[in-house]
Amino acid sequence: MILGDYLPILFLIILSTLFAGGSIYASSKVAPKRSTRAKRLPYECGIVPEKESERERFPVKFYLVAMLFIIFDIETVFMYPWAVAFDELQLFGLVEMVAFIVILLAAYAYVWKRGGLEWVE
Amino acid sequence: MPVSYFLVLSALLFSIGVYGVLARQNAVLVLLSIELMLNAVNINLVAFSALLGQTGVPGQVFALFVIAVAAAEVGIGLAIVILIFRNRQSVDVEEMSLMKW
Amino acid sequence: MNLAQEFSQPEVQLGGIAPELLLVGVALIILVVDASFGRGDNRWYLAGLSALGLAGAAALAIMTWGDNELQLSNMIAADGLAAFSKVSLAAFGLLTVLLGRDYLARDKIEESEFYALVLFAVAGMMLMTAAADLIVMFLALETFSVSLYVLVAFRRASLASHESAMKYFLLGAFSSAFFLLGIALTYGAIGSTNLYGGADPVAEPGIANFITGTPTDDLSLLIVATGFLVIGLGFKIAAVPFHMWTPDAYQGAPSPITGFMAAGTKFAAFAALLRLFDASLFPLRSEWRPLLIVLAVATMIAGSVLAIVQEDLKRLLAYSSIAHAGFVLTGVIAANDRGVSGALFYLATYGVAVLGAFAVISLVAGRDEERVLLADHRGLFYEHPLLTTALTLFLLSLAGVPVTSGFVGKLVVFGAAVEAGYTWVVVVGVLTSAIAAFFYLKVMATMFLQERDPDAPALPVGRLASGVVAVAAVATIGFGLAWSPLINAAESATIFFQSPQEQSAPIPPGG
Repeated sequence: MILGDYLPILFLIILSTLFAGGSIYASSKVAPKRSTRAKRLPYECGIVPEKESERERFPVKFYLVAMLFIIFDIETVFMYPWAVAFDELQLFGLVEMVAFIVILLAAYAYVWKRGGLEWVE
Repeated sequence: MPVSYFLVLSALLFSIGVYGVLARQNAVLVLLSIELMLNAVNINLVAFSALLGQTGVPGQVFALFVIAVAAAEVGIGLAIVILIFRNRQSVDVEEMSLMKW
Repeated sequence: MNLAQEFSQPEVQLGGIAPELLLVGVALIILVVDASFGRGDNRWYLAGLSALGLAGAAALAIMTWGDNELQLSNMIAADGLAAFSKVSLAAFGLLTVLLGRDYLARDKIEESEFYALVLFAVAGMMLMTAAADLIVMFLALETFSVSLYVLVAFRRASLASHESAMKYFLLGAFSSAFFLLGIALTYGAIGSTNLYGGADPVAEPGIANFITGTPTDDLSLLIVATGFLVIGLGFKIAAVPFHMWTPDAYQGAPSPITGFMAAGTKFAAFAALLRLFDASLFPLRSEWRPLLIVLAVATMIAGSVLAIVQEDLKRLLAYSSIAHAGFVLTGVIAANDRGVSGALFYLATYGVAVLGAFAVISLVAGRDEERVLLADHRGLFYEHPLLTTALTLFLLSLAGVPVTSGFVGKLVVFGAAVEAGYTWVVVVGVLTSAIAAFFYLKVMATMFLQERDPDAPALPVGRLASGVVAVAAVATIGFGLAWSPLINAAESATIFFQSPQEQSAPIPPGG
């Protein structure tokens, strides 16, 4: 057993820790803080349900977010074969994947600008 | 395990999907049945890919394409279902009879 | 973890898919730019950008004219069939975009998504006609189908529009699953999804060189697979008994999109059908011909007969489009050069005529498409003589009356079928054309001979929409009188990849 084989895993752990910590730190610095009455309640747990009748179930917003999630989530499926064949594909694979990501980014920009990611309407 | 087992499984799943599309009235369940058909085909593709051995990589890649296309179809399908549900509070395909003949 | 195969860097030739790439690029730009900066009501640049993109795509397709090769690891065919189809599809897209501009402005539903989705749909249809591999064909089919599902639901205030989108979507996805099963079985039968295969049948198998290269092999699985592929494509061309979605989808969709579906979807699916059956599966023609003959006869009869009782003009034209699928199928069945070029000519001229007809219908229908019944067209001639004359011309072309392009198209496909020895199918075709002429005449009689409803509101006629009608009318009569340029172009499109053993001698031009 050669310890060097595990070096990539170590790097992965370090990188992911840094990313996670960095994200939490950045959001604590950047994100707006608005304290509302609901948030100060002792058992605060998200949004206070406004009405709960038989007919009305989830607001459609949930579906929108879920669908966006599914679509962007599934697109990553194409990265697995790329990752497996990365060494053989070399520059060709990289260029192809960049083109793919750029198209996804265009879709993301579209969703963002059209307000698909905004929770409050 | 022989490949034919997987082909039989795939054929069964596909048939269940076809039955579901024809027998179900709720649009979401019809959509689910269609997804079942697509996944049955995926099993088929991967089984053939295993049968072909080293030259069978395209089958696996095609299965990934099918997964992505199925996700896009579900996205569109659910959007249309929501559109209809907002207007008439029902997604029963039997009730969609504004147009006949 | 290793793929254990020597991997050679694929040669990247983008010439064959340049039109599709351009269209997708323009569509993405339209979406992102409009979502970021789009303000105001009059966003003329959306239609302008789309029209430019389509014109550019047509130019790129013309530049590949004369090419005859497989590109991108045998996935894409850059040949005459693809070039001819792409130019026609770009023309359909252009007419749709211009018509859509007036339509959307009138109904106040103008959105960038309409144009982007039309461009995506045209790109998918183009890719379908160039696909040399069933995987590409499936992706192309899904690309334009998914775009069309959304476009059918584009009339936001209309329940009928939503309902027809739902039906179209469920049946379309259902048929895609069958098409996909056909692909999977093909893959199992020959170990590849390619239509042609490479130079070495063992290393690079494909349908064509599998059939011709290994005659002792058992072909039964491939034949079963072919059956499923027919179901999948049969849905898209609206062949009976896979036509159930057509009347509903055509009735509920916005009229420009209905015309686009009738013209574009049919063209793309038929181009794939021609490539699949008249090239790759050509040696197996004794197996698939009976199947397609049954489909064609059923389609011609059911389409023509059911159209007679329709009261809604869009529904009537939907059944007429079903009948036309049957007529084009006779060209596919003929499986000779004249059949292929005739089918392409037929599809191109039918597409222009049907887009023109739906342009007139969308104008007469008025706000929110409230006036689409046959009764709403009573005495239309006395109020709008030019529009009525144009619609009459389109209907005459659909009926196949001489001096219109529809007549030439019917003559060529029927001639090809007779040449191939299927005279009785042609007899059925001629008889059903006669039945079909009846309901076209009924529409004309309504427009010319009846009294105009005095309560009918005045029609605002947009400039772009009337331009579309004029272009379509000129093309319909032009190709009816001087058909040889388009026939010659369609004939050059028949020099596409055929299985090497079965190259047939080109048939001299003639109408």
